[in-house]
Amino acid sequence: MVTLDLHGYGWMLWRGLGLTILVGLGAMGLAVALGLLGAWGKLSRYRAARWLAGTYTTVIRGVPELILILLVYYGVPTLVQDLAASAGRDLRVDLNPFVAGIATIGLIYGAFATEVFRGAIQAVPRGQIEAARAFGMGRALLLRRVVLPQMWRFALPGLGNVWMVLIKATALISVIQLEELMRSADIAARATRLPFTFFFAASLFYLGITIASMLIQRRIESWSYRGAPRGQG
Amino acid sequence: MDLTIVWESMPRLLGGTVLTLEITFLSLLAGLCLAVPVAVARLSYRRILWMPAYGYMLYFRGTPLLVQLFLVYYGSGQFQPLLDQAGVWFLFREAYFCALLTLTLNTAAYTAEILRGAISAVPRGEIEAARSLGMSGLLLYRRIILPKAFRLALPAYTNEAIFLLQATSLVSIITLLDLTGVARIIVARSFEPYKLYITVALIYLAITYLVAFAARHAERHLSAHLRERPVEGVAGASGR
Repeated sequence: MVTLDLHGYGWMLWRGLGLTILVGLGAMGLAVALGLLGAWGKLSRYRAARWLAGTYTTVIRGVPELILILLVYYGVPTLVQDLAASAGRDLRVDLNPFVAGIATIGLIYGAFATEVFRGAIQAVPRGQIEAARAFGMGRALLLRRVVLPQMWRFALPGLGNVWMVLIKATALISVIQLEELMRSADIAARATRLPFTFFFAASLFYLGITIASMLIQRRIESWSYRGAPRGQG
Repeated sequence: MDLTIVWESMPRLLGGTVLTLEITFLSLLAGLCLAVPVAVARLSYRRILWMPAYGYMLYFRGTPLLVQLFLVYYGSGQFQPLLDQAGVWFLFREAYFCALLTLTLNTAAYTAEILRGAISAVPRGEIEAARSLGMSGLLLYRRIILPKAFRLALPAYTNEAIFLLQATSLVSIITLLDLTGVARIIVARSFEPYKLYITVALIYLAITYLVAFAARHAERHLSAHLRERPVEGVAGASGR
């Protein structure tokens, strides 16, 4: 294989990679939290919660990520300013690209995580829930002792997929000028006039994250099935 | 709220929508044509076939579309003399061509993965039956495996089509005036981001759910012979 000469810009790509992973982890944390909330909403007894969770996943999955990123980063501050102006107040709002990036990517993938958690909760065998009820467990105890511990096992493959799509989606944050991996590659490519070299190098970094994630996912999945009889679950 | 900007830009937004649909349709079509041989190669036992297919699918599914798009659009500039010599530089100069090429290569990798799963899911018995009738090679694929695999792949393929439709919004970053591109230009001039982006989001949402609705009908139509017969038929049978 040909070695890539990065003309001294290698450190920039590594720093970008660090920021990409940081944004990815932050967004994943938010996505998991929103996903749990969304799944709770979808399976709720309350119609309003079901409607809210349904609208959330329907809208997010029907609109391109780029539009949502632009909407959050450029739209929200101006909306707030316009609202403040109509209330007769002068307000200037600027979003930090790092925070806006994590918030938007987390919001988007929270919708996908919602579906993962909903499926996982429904995959817990009904009989176990009935058995727990028969023992007199209340809703909270049932959730903590029976549903949640097993739900994670069913949710892991889906969450792994969400993570791998999410980390690739962080490349879009480069359009709001956050110096993550993609943006760093872009800057280096412009400075050296070697666009292929730097975008190819960046693509190999992303590929590395994907392959590493695949291996880790396989490890975690086999770990999560420890103690569970094979062919079941 | 003052929505004149939305009404005034509607014709241009719809023009962008046409380009979005055009790019989606063309790359889906080309991607499907490419995906079939790639999926078949991926399932081959010969190393020289499955290894390149595996590498291609891993690379295009494992890296962001935006990087691939930049690699083709900006990256090709690094090989300008070479491409000029081959007589294809005039193509790579066009953002439209680069967008179609990248989206095709990208969706073909995802579609090949879907087809790989579907081909492996074709029941062994059907393949054995065809073989015992003396069918082999291309005829077996054309008559038995692929028709069944396409039907099995349809729900996942619909999802892929919807993902691709949304992914085409990235072509706005390489200067194309698709739905997103038009909106970004209007926003840059009018500075009314949320009104325009919400309008555009609603247009994408409408297209997405129209496609999903149409696909569900197509699925029902294609699997009509697999569904249970109407209940009255059963009643008739018991009366005989």
